[in-house]
Amino acid sequence: MTGSRRSLCHDGRVSAASPVEVDPEVTADEMTFLAKPWVTIVWNDPVNLMSYVTFVFQKYFGYDRRKAEKLMLEVHHDGRSVVSTGSREEMERDVQAMHEYGLWATMEKSS
Amino acid sequence: MSGFERHRRSGRLIADFSGIEAELLRSLAAQLVELLRNEAAVPREQDPFEAMMDFSGPTNAPEDPVLARLFPTAYTDDDEAAAEFRRFTEGALRDGKSTAACTIIDGLEEAGLPPELTEEGLHFDVELDEPTAETWLRSLTDIRLALATRLGVEEDDEARWQAVPDEDPTKQAHDIYEWVGYLQETLVQALVEG
Repeated sequence: MTGSRRSLCHDGRVSAASPVEVDPEVTADEMTFLAKPWVTIVWNDPVNLMSYVTFVFQKYFGYDRRKAEKLMLEVHHDGRSVVSTGSREEMERDVQAMHEYGLWATMEKSS
Repeated sequence: MSGFERHRRSGRLIADFSGIEAELLRSLAAQLVELLRNEAAVPREQDPFEAMMDFSGPTNAPEDPVLARLFPTAYTDDDEAAAEFRRFTEGALRDGKSTAACTIIDGLEEAGLPPELTEEGLHFDVELDEPTAETWLRSLTDIRLALATRLGVEEDDEARWQAVPDEDPTKQAHDIYEWVGYLQETLVQALVEG
């Protein structure tokens, strides 16, 4: 997927490239929330190996082994885990990458 | 077959395959390629002119359960966004997955698997560099997802499979699924520990 197709795809929506208007009333916490309003979720499935899921989290996201294992165990025990946070465009890239690795991933607005 | 190990000096990932094992893996990879290339995406309702002018990707989830698992719906609560995501990603994902499966086929053939296996007792080493090993990992995942979807594999269902009699073809297919899992597990371990 190219950058131009992406912007075409999400024309008129919030994207990383849009100029950001800073509201002076917004607190630092709210700013972080506004800047990172989307999450990538990986769901448990009965097929993927725990070692492989950990490997993917380390390899793709660059997480250290400890963090990757923690996320993998969350997926395994809780059925799902938020594995990354960012702009909508970034999360689409992450979800696509997870699908490339065969992981079951979805994205949604962070709650 | 003893699974993959990392060669100390070269750092390459090496496994010993019998001709029969290599033939089996090649046929699974080839089936995946065929499924990915031949199964037409579900057509959308559109007028003939629009259809002719449309060379973008599919917007509906595939009907085949294997393909539906390989290309999950990215947005669970927004059909329009899910359709757009699919249109812009499914084609590239399909190509990537079939190229990865071809990497397995090529690797086996370069290592010594003939186009038609006739020789009994054939054995050879498959040697992979790290990037190729990672491609194998992805494709072994796709193959396992495909087999598991057809078999109806569920979480913690080992006891159920043990109860299936050996002569049952599903049992044999499940054994193959487990074997591909073993192959993948040894390859991950060899990569991580290297």
